[in-house]
Amino acid sequence: MSAGLAESPTALADRGELALGLPESYLAAGHTLGSWLTSTDHKRIAILYAISITVFFFLGGAAATMVRLELFTPKADVVGADTYNKLFTLHGVIMVWFFLIPSIPTTLGNFLLPLMIGARDMAFPKLNLASWYLNILGGLLTASAMLAGGIDTGWTFYVPYATVFSNSAVSLGVLGVFVSGFSTIATGVNVIATTHTLRAPGMTWFRLPLFVWALYTTSLIFVLATPVLAVTLLLVVAERAFDLPIFDPARGGDPILFQHLFWFYSHPAVYIMILPAMGVISEVITCFARRRVFGYTFMVYALLAIAVIGFFTWGHHMFTSGMSPFAALVFSFLSFIVAVPSAIKVFNWTATLYRGQIGFESPMLYALGFVGLFTVGGLTGLFLASVPIDVHVQDTYFVVAHFHYIMVGASVSAYFAGLHFWWPKVTGRMYPETWAKFAAILMFFGFNLTFFPQFIAGYLGMPRRYHVYPPEFQIWNVLSSSGAAVLAVAYLMPLGYLTWSVLFGERARNDPWNASGLEWRTTSPPPRENFLGKPEVLAEPYNYHPEGAPPVKDQPRIPAQGSLT
Amino acid sequence: MSAAEKLLLREPWDGLGLPEESALARQRAGATFGIWIFIASEVLFFGAIILLYTVMRLEHPDAFAAAARETNLVYGTLNTALLLTSGMLAAVASRMNEGAGARRTVLWCLAATAGLGLAFLAVKGIEYREDIGRHLVPGPGFPLPQPPAQLFFAVYWFATAIHGIHLAIGIGLVARLAILGWRDPAFLPDNPQVEVSLLYWGFVDIVWIFLYPLLYLPGRAG
Repeated sequence: MSAGLAESPTALADRGELALGLPESYLAAGHTLGSWLTSTDHKRIAILYAISITVFFFLGGAAATMVRLELFTPKADVVGADTYNKLFTLHGVIMVWFFLIPSIPTTLGNFLLPLMIGARDMAFPKLNLASWYLNILGGLLTASAMLAGGIDTGWTFYVPYATVFSNSAVSLGVLGVFVSGFSTIATGVNVIATTHTLRAPGMTWFRLPLFVWALYTTSLIFVLATPVLAVTLLLVVAERAFDLPIFDPARGGDPILFQHLFWFYSHPAVYIMILPAMGVISEVITCFARRRVFGYTFMVYALLAIAVIGFFTWGHHMFTSGMSPFAALVFSFLSFIVAVPSAIKVFNWTATLYRGQIGFESPMLYALGFVGLFTVGGLTGLFLASVPIDVHVQDTYFVVAHFHYIMVGASVSAYFAGLHFWWPKVTGRMYPETWAKFAAILMFFGFNLTFFPQFIAGYLGMPRRYHVYPPEFQIWNVLSSSGAAVLAVAYLMPLGYLTWSVLFGERARNDPWNASGLEWRTTSPPPRENFLGKPEVLAEPYNYHPEGAPPVKDQPRIPAQGSLT
Repeated sequence: MSAAEKLLLREPWDGLGLPEESALARQRAGATFGIWIFIASEVLFFGAIILLYTVMRLEHPDAFAAAARETNLVYGTLNTALLLTSGMLAAVASRMNEGAGARRTVLWCLAATAGLGLAFLAVKGIEYREDIGRHLVPGPGFPLPQPPAQLFFAVYWFATAIHGIHLAIGIGLVARLAILGWRDPAFLPDNPQVEVSLLYWGFVDIVWIFLYPLLYLPGRAG
């Protein structure tokens, strides 16, 4: 690294380039706190979201740490039953609504959607900023519920416990989730309108990067599922505050209706978490395999199919709640059907790797980890979709392990894959690759060590949501808690080296990975206007090699210079 | 670029590099499209309430009929008339606003729309007072013997209150347009905000068209 370059951390620069009088980057457009908090620049709002979801992630992670610490031994020795209930509720509520659901769409999505389609900003920049404030307001309300004594209902807020019996701060926490729902609806409206109205000339629907398709389908779920949760939660508040007995069985109300409405949102919410992750993985795998994505149109239709069919599978959460055998059969069948497009995606990623010149840079390690963890999570989902097995493992750690494989293993791996992949574009800096590779591998092993034993403990019958358990389950819990410690280190490492890279990292080139997307055809970091001219799209996406041609005879890849083909 | 268009054109539409006319047309199309998506979201919001109502009414048809007979048909019908009239005026304002020249008509229509909305809320307030006076609030002292009748009134209070909040937001939006348009002659003509706000108003209207028969008419035929 040559010394003596006068570098402001936010100026535009590529060390190989001369000063060309290019426009200043979005990071240099203002250095005051006010310039961030009132910015309507989608890139700055993405950074705001990234900071807030990181805070929520570590808050939810702290609660999970306490839970795993308590479960190290069969007896209650760290916390009591009541505190334990409040801890896992806090963990679930914060992680689901304030980390996982906003994670990829509002950070990477916000930053990249206009760049990927060649737009200057989102369609409604002020709405975009407002959505962040709504998210923060919701988060503060829910966090204040924790200060007001916590919530002990579990993240599902099942009635009549949450309405009639619980003496904890349910209303406050539920209102926080309600407010954050409007934040995601605003994001959804913005993404859909932006994709429809602001695509650059030549960026046809079937030239959109799969990440944009993933954001688009996610936003459909945002817009159509979130309001149902909003009403349901508002009814919980109405019943607690004004004694409106919608779900009160004593007066003819139906608690099962709550479950139907809750899962009508909360099952699609899983697809809110996984669809953007699939989009990220499609970008990363194509780039580091130097291949066009296998079956682009099928990948698009698979995203749409998951989004649509995902709306009709909610009943598989309720097989044991009281449901006719016919309804159970239908929901079971639909749950199997939704696995088909998911499997198409896994097979297509694998086929994309075939004859690729695969590089194992850190984003690719995270992405390959995603494929493995998603496959395990998806296949165990099929176990749970079949009624007899579901009845056997209902409310056990098998379920916990299954949804953590999808929501944490897959989604969070993809979030980190995307974070590392686009970090040079976002910050204009390179991170230390060795550390990043180490963290990626550690995360994969830590995750499996934490959650694979839970499949076994759950299958053997260990119920979830208890702070004590029979001693024969201890071995699985010790393994799991040890894995959680490894996982915690793996999550803390990026916080360290990515922060370091912002201050001391090497300058990033405009396109350090030699990737094909439009977002790389501008400076790193991009200027406020995103592009220097008016972008126009002339080719298909993932243009890594001539169509129909075999790959060039293997050339050695020089990772420091990106990928050669 | 004329002063009015400069006023109306917002980011990111001003950066498209298009002539003002077509940039403004795309901005209007984008804004209208956005509010339609939001309305789709709202349909699911009220759809969930109507689903709850449907399931509970199928489970307890007699109690729901008995409870619905306790609502005040006069106030409900009067409110329906007020809101439908306001919806007509909103549609007139939206259509007349395409192109300059009808500013006074648009202003009058907007003011009347907001005024009728306020009248709706006033009637609703009187009706609420009467309902509370007759203890038609779920809980101890509820006049009807069947417990599920309280379910009907739970839905009644919840749905009308949520609708009232939506209407209050609508009144705020329309009144804002009327005030800004009255102060600045260049504000209203061709402004996308007019159509966006009035589409929202139309949606709140339609919700009431569904709520009225569900809440006021059961048990009253024959």
